[in-house]
Amino acid sequence: MNNKVSNFIVGIYEDEDVLLKAISRIREEGIKIYEVYSPFPVHGIENSLGYKRSRLSIAAFCFGFLGTCLALTMMIGMMTLDWPMIIGGKDFLPLPVFIPVVFEMTVLLSAFGMVGTFLVVSDLKPWGNPKTFDLRSTDNKHIMAIQLDKNKMKKDGIEKLLKSSGASEINEKTMDI
Amino acid sequence: MHVESKIRKPLITGGKTLRDVSNDISARVEEKPSLSWLAALGVSLLTLGVGAYAVYRTLWDGIGMWGLNKTVGWAWDITNFVWWVGIGHAGTLISAILLLFRQRWRMSINRAAEAMTIFAVICAAMFPLLHMGRLWLGFMWALPLPNTYGSLWVNFASPLLWDVFAISTYFSVSLVFWYIGLIPDFATIRDRAKNAGRKISAFVYGALSFGWDGAAKTWSRYETVSLVLAGLATPLVLSVHTIVSMDFATSVIPGWHTTIFPPYFVAGAIFSGFAMVLTLLIITRKVYNLEDYITIKHLELMNIVIIVTGSIVGIAYLTELFMAWYSGVEYEQYAFYNRVTGPYWWAYWSMMTCNVISPQLFWFKKIRTNIAATFIISIIVNIGMWFERFVIIVTSLHRDYLPSSWAMFYPTFYDVGMYLFSFGFFFTAYLLFSKYFPVINMAEVKSILKSTGEKIKTTK
Repeated sequence: MNNKVSNFIVGIYEDEDVLLKAISRIREEGIKIYEVYSPFPVHGIENSLGYKRSRLSIAAFCFGFLGTCLALTMMIGMMTLDWPMIIGGKDFLPLPVFIPVVFEMTVLLSAFGMVGTFLVVSDLKPWGNPKTFDLRSTDNKHIMAIQLDKNKMKKDGIEKLLKSSGASEINEKTMDI
Repeated sequence: MHVESKIRKPLITGGKTLRDVSNDISARVEEKPSLSWLAALGVSLLTLGVGAYAVYRTLWDGIGMWGLNKTVGWAWDITNFVWWVGIGHAGTLISAILLLFRQRWRMSINRAAEAMTIFAVICAAMFPLLHMGRLWLGFMWALPLPNTYGSLWVNFASPLLWDVFAISTYFSVSLVFWYIGLIPDFATIRDRAKNAGRKISAFVYGALSFGWDGAAKTWSRYETVSLVLAGLATPLVLSVHTIVSMDFATSVIPGWHTTIFPPYFVAGAIFSGFAMVLTLLIITRKVYNLEDYITIKHLELMNIVIIVTGSIVGIAYLTELFMAWYSGVEYEQYAFYNRVTGPYWWAYWSMMTCNVISPQLFWFKKIRTNIAATFIISIIVNIGMWFERFVIIVTSLHRDYLPSSWAMFYPTFYDVGMYLFSFGFFFTAYLLFSKYFPVINMAEVKSILKSTGEKIKTTK
């Protein structure tokens, strides 16, 4: 991992609607926002920040399909090929009987696969290090971090823009990212 | 044209701010355990201990310690199993189905309800495993693993095996759903601990929070994960009790062999699950002063779910009686005649009173908004639901096809002890949860605090 130390301007917002408006305004000015941290999910923030729709639902489908295939392979392998037995007068390939287990395995793999993917792509792990620009971002404030060396505008200009867009507090922070 | 919708009544009362929510919920985790909590934990552990003796004797001496006989080969164990699985239906129903229906009132109750679900499912799983007698072989018998019988595989045509898959999937998916919701709240507690300089807390909750920092990108993925998990969990909730009901419905015992079982069991499960959520939350809200989060409105809405599901259960009971008569099959007719008037009439009528009559009282607004009445009825409902399973299982078995095989079931101390064991476990787990985990989903509740957009109008 090549860690590098960067300087950030951190704008603190109180209200999510003000924040959303501020994000659009700041992005219109051509400023790149590093990330916004909120204590709760703010609806519409991914659109304001220009994030693409998460593809995790596609992952869920793929894992689910894998579950379906595995369940069918397992049951056909065991009940039809390896040790065929007549149970309850059903034939060696009793497909309707397989429905519950196929369903459960589909849901199981889909849920675990998707959540696993989510943890991996979001870099969430027990020994993970949170990027804490401000401890209040998990409590009651929305935090907007702007990386200075990634933006052409000077510090003063950004601070002014943050202030005028409704930030209640503006700090500077040096972070290892 | 400028249209502004009317302001809805807030779901969280008391004019709470975001900081208040963090304080009210996290303080419960941060403070020292209270004496009453320790006393309650003591009682739960004692119950667990008494039950553990029954479990030990069951494992050491065998299932013969129970009151089962050749005719009634299934009794309290499976009654308890179905009862606990049923209770375990409310949590995921609240967090999944109500999420899909955008019912925001679920947000202050889903955390505790999901925790309850997970503990109830563990309690349920205990009974079939212990009924195997040799617990350590349970995995071999229940899972499709290669074994020394050459490999004689498990029987995928058996509903009992479907149950293994359904319940283990339900348990693990519910656990994941619950944990994903907990991560942001653990981060809140971690950051509060860092702020206050509590190192151990910061370390423990830091590990539990998986390095969550509330980045917008992560929140956006989190929302997708919650929605897809809700979509997956919704049919899953319905499938679990459907499959549990098939344990009975696919057999050829009069009284069990009915197609009405799946919907009837699912309704019963939601009915008893909501009742247990009410029992636990009424105490939790009182002890933790959460009246502004779990308001009378929340209790009332849950009571409405109880009226609906209770009425479905009532109709199912009557349908069963009608179909038994209408089928013209004398064994079926006798099974139900015997339920109503036979030696177990008291169990049948307890079930009818508790499950059909008592929830109907909630049609009165005064009763469904009264906390004491709700608490009492929530307990009565769960007593009724236990009797329902007992009636279905024992009365259908005790009159065998040959009158010479007719028998009664008398529970022994060990039957009761096993039930106590599950209660001891359930309450110990719930008490530990309510002390060390945030009982209300702080992040979600914070997202519904605001009821007006006043601030946006005053900024440029």
